[in-house]
Amino acid sequence: MLISFVSFGKEEVKEKGNSKEEIRKEIKEYIGHHLQDSHDFSIGSYTTDTGEHKYIGFPLPVILWDNGLKVFSSSKFHHGETVANIDGNYYKLYHSKIYKTDAEGTIHYDEAHHATNVKPLDLSITKSVFMIIITGILMFFLFRGLARSYGKNNGIAKGAGRFFEPIVLYIRDDIAISNIGEKHYKKYMPYLLTIFFFIWFLNIFGLTPLGVNVTGNIAVTLALAILTFLITNFSGKKDYWLHLFDPLGSSMPWYAKIPLYIILVPIELLGLIIKPFSLLIRLYANMQAGHIVLMSLIGLIFIFKNWLGGGLSFFLAFAISLIEVLVALLQAYIFTMLSALYFGFASEEHDHEHEHEIAH
Amino acid sequence: MEKLVEEFSLGLFIWQTVLFLALLFLLRKYAWKPILNAVNEREEGIKNALKSAEEARKEMQNLQADNERILNEARAERDGMLKEARQLKNSMIEDAKTEAKAEADKIVAQAQATIDSEKKAAIAELKNQVAELSVEIAEKMVRKELANKDKQLELVDSMLGDVTLN
Repeated sequence: MLISFVSFGKEEVKEKGNSKEEIRKEIKEYIGHHLQDSHDFSIGSYTTDTGEHKYIGFPLPVILWDNGLKVFSSSKFHHGETVANIDGNYYKLYHSKIYKTDAEGTIHYDEAHHATNVKPLDLSITKSVFMIIITGILMFFLFRGLARSYGKNNGIAKGAGRFFEPIVLYIRDDIAISNIGEKHYKKYMPYLLTIFFFIWFLNIFGLTPLGVNVTGNIAVTLALAILTFLITNFSGKKDYWLHLFDPLGSSMPWYAKIPLYIILVPIELLGLIIKPFSLLIRLYANMQAGHIVLMSLIGLIFIFKNWLGGGLSFFLAFAISLIEVLVALLQAYIFTMLSALYFGFASEEHDHEHEHEIAH
Repeated sequence: MEKLVEEFSLGLFIWQTVLFLALLFLLRKYAWKPILNAVNEREEGIKNALKSAEEARKEMQNLQADNERILNEARAERDGMLKEARQLKNSMIEDAKTEAKAEADKIVAQAQATIDSEKKAAIAELKNQVAELSVEIAEKMVRKELANKDKQLELVDSMLGDVTLN
């Protein structure tokens, strides 16, 4: 893995990297570029002697909804260098986003240097979508295999399932049952298991040289958090809503509750949103930060360009990547754990006095 | 925050939601349910096996206790029988002994009686014979003595001398 990390870095040194300032700027751009989604699957680029950019990887399909469905290969953009002409419409890739332009590909800016061109609805199979599909297929076959091995092997897991079965059991016993309770945990199990392995696998893929930063993408974490939010509130029982709108219950006469509730109920309602919001920000920020730190440390090797500093950066990058492996698991665990906790609150019946302070 | 909004891609969001939901439903149907069922079944199986093993152990203990009890009973019964037999034997011997003794005593007594009567008869006979003989002897002697007159007078004298008059 590490060797590939270094080869990652090699591309950064690509062109005319003589002055430190230029390398620094280039590394910064590279990291920024890496953190974003992209329309082609490239794991690196280099410059030929003639000064031409060559990319290692393959293009992905672009799907646009712009007065009709438009499907074409991202190779038409030439990594943002040219304008794609599709059915008489011109599109340009600019900062990983597709804009509708004129034939020359002019991008108009506002005062804050933001592009003001029309953005068609971009449903492309981007690098992230591609990785999500790959992960989904991998998970499907992995766990389908585990499920099948039980039948074939008298109820005992075989092969890779041996490794994943204890994790499944851990999620069931220590995340689902201990937070939701014996009575209701079953209906949440598929979601908890899927979300745990989905996040974990994508986190791990993010650490591979493929360099896909899927779980560090706000759109992905938002989608996951919204699902948790929806499941929590749609499975909310009477006690859950009662706690939300009448948190003090019968411990106080109604006239005493009114002034308190003017403050309390909005807080409770806000908490409803804050809980999933904290989920989405936590996962996004952790993964994003990990990638930035790791790539910056690798970038440092090319700034130092000597044995001491390079070695030090290498060692640090190595240490951080080990920590990142742990963080990958930890973030998946936290997301699943907190989702389970929220489901637990939602499906709890009676005994709702002790949960006034909900851990965020 | 502005950067986040700018970075946000609606397309990716839609794809993520759709793909994740598809994955969730597929996995739920083809993986999680069978896996959890299999694991539950296995756990139930283990629980049941443990329970039945425990039951078998208890049964075994009961059986062993039963065996022990039956053995003890049999042993006690055997001891009782032996004791009884011994007692019976002793009493029989005792009975036989007393009976034999009584019989012997009886025989001895009878013999004694016979002996006594025989003895008495013999003595009587002997007495008779002695008497007869004495009488004969006396007759002969008296005849001989009384052959001369002197002797007869002498006899009368001695006899008269014996008969002292008081």
